[in-house]
Amino acid sequence: MSGTRLSPARLGPRDVLHVGSAGLRTRPLRVVLSALGIAIGIATMIAVVGISSSSKAQLLRQLDQLGTNLLVASPGQGLFGEKVKLPKESIGMLSRIPGVEQVGATGDLAQSVRRSEKIPKDETGGITVKAATEGLLDVVRGAVGSGIWLNEANGRYPSTVLGHVAAQRLGITAPGQQVHIGGRYFTVIGILDPLPLAPEIERAALVGWDGAGTLLGFDGHPTQIYERSTDRTVSAVRELIPRTVDPQNPRNVQVTDPSSALQAKAATEGAFTDLLLGLGGVALLVGGVGVANTMIISVLERRHEIGLRRSLGATRGQIRLQFVTESLLLSGLGGLAGVALGAVATYAFAASGGLPWVVPLWAVTGGFAATLLIGTVAGLYPAVRAARLSPTLALHTG
Amino acid sequence: MSAVVELNQVTKEYPGGVTALHGVDLRIGRGELLAIVGPSGSGKSTLLHIVGTLDRPSAGSVTLAGHDVAALSDRRLSALRARHIGFVFQSFHLVAGVSAQDNVAEGLLYSGLPRAQRRRRAALALERVGLADRMHHRPHELSGGQRQRVAIARAVVGEPDLLLADEPTGALDSASSGAVMELLHDLNAEGATIAVITHDGEIADSLPRQVRIRDGRVVADLRTGAADPADRGGER
Repeated sequence: MSGTRLSPARLGPRDVLHVGSAGLRTRPLRVVLSALGIAIGIATMIAVVGISSSSKAQLLRQLDQLGTNLLVASPGQGLFGEKVKLPKESIGMLSRIPGVEQVGATGDLAQSVRRSEKIPKDETGGITVKAATEGLLDVVRGAVGSGIWLNEANGRYPSTVLGHVAAQRLGITAPGQQVHIGGRYFTVIGILDPLPLAPEIERAALVGWDGAGTLLGFDGHPTQIYERSTDRTVSAVRELIPRTVDPQNPRNVQVTDPSSALQAKAATEGAFTDLLLGLGGVALLVGGVGVANTMIISVLERRHEIGLRRSLGATRGQIRLQFVTESLLLSGLGGLAGVALGAVATYAFAASGGLPWVVPLWAVTGGFAATLLIGTVAGLYPAVRAARLSPTLALHTG
Repeated sequence: MSAVVELNQVTKEYPGGVTALHGVDLRIGRGELLAIVGPSGSGKSTLLHIVGTLDRPSAGSVTLAGHDVAALSDRRLSALRARHIGFVFQSFHLVAGVSAQDNVAEGLLYSGLPRAQRRRRAALALERVGLADRMHHRPHELSGGQRQRVAIARAVVGEPDLLLADEPTGALDSASSGAVMELLHDLNAEGATIAVITHDGEIADSLPRQVRIRDGRVVADLRTGAADPADRGGER
């Protein structure tokens, strides 16, 4: 008996890759079609995550510009549900809180704004009339799109500045046109740009604080006080506002943070993203089934090749490895194409909407890892079947 | 003469009660060139599979290159095939779309040799079978005879102890058959041990030893003096 021990040689990684890709190289169309399912699944997931991340990045950028140090004090409800008012002097008191840098206020007026007196009073179009202090625009980081902002001089006369939604609804396109407020015509002197942090001002016609008193009977009680403090003092200021604004009834004062409301809005949009992500997952699963199907057919077709390889000395393990590699390559190709496709789709969306282009790395690696997992699972059963084929059966002609 | 293959009372039964081989004894010495000949259904294919370790006998023992096949696991059996046996098939079984050289190099894939060396030895083997000028041709660009010579090069590139050729000329015209048989004779003259499985009596007659099989039994084991290459021309 010969003393040499028989043990099969290991295939190097390059040979494994070579053998595993042999079946793919001879059938390129089938590769494309069966990888397409995986590609669509991954592309969907990458695009969904990418687009929502890009939107979030845009929101964060916006918040960064707008600042997160804005707080709004408004009257809450009294003990018995009655409307309460903030004291007249609260604006001044609030501005004396340490850390507070800018203060502005609006006061609601029980008036409607219309294009002309001929339009019924009830048709407000959801637009309110507010008295505004001069400092308001700076506090909410607003800008006048066309015309000018209220000041001491024009604030006394029947002049108004419209939020951009209000202007749209009234059909006002340029300063100089007139609107009807509280029984008289006011001249529009300015139209504001959008205000993401203060949507209530976007939907208002603003009148000067003093003018509102003389022309529209405004009582001087603010309904919304906007303030900006230094970033470090935001929470301290938040604590102090109710007691400062209304020392007798601090419970009547409600303090809100518009930037957190924006963030909450972004979070609810995330729920929608989850649904789409689920759809992408289903597409991916279907793609995986497609790969498994292709692999089973591939094994059936290549019984002769399997028999040949076994006769050349391939072990069962090596046959298994060959087909798992093939399946991995197939789904990996699909995954790569999907990542590229998803990234391009995100780019197109971001570019068209002026958003920053963000494709999170975790989504790319996660998506790719998912394809490799699917490739392994899809390839395992066909590979085991291939390895179990009897080498003699495989060599029978026909 | 040492034995490359030794079969002792080998019986093969298939599930369902078909007995393909009944107690076959066969000894193939090193350097032999023999024909295993019989009509279809005689059990010669089964014998090929058992000698080639692609299948195991139901009873009896098979010893190949000093290894008791029954004692080997499937893994070790694979290694045994990789190192000691070369196969040539009737339908060639070349990989489509791959050059002749790479097809031959595939014969060494499971031997553990590095890729560059596999390709170098494949080139030498192709030269040996007279296809040095067809190195980069793909199978569909070759004639049937050339394809079978590529397949033979793949079988001998690892210098196996035993070359098993299953109806190597079954798919070829007579001119190509002649060239293929001549190549087998030449390889044998250089020391290769070759068993040709065939149903063709003429081919069997041209080989120095004939093992005749019928109904799963060896019915004759003839040694003729036909080994002398000079005589071969006269036989056809």
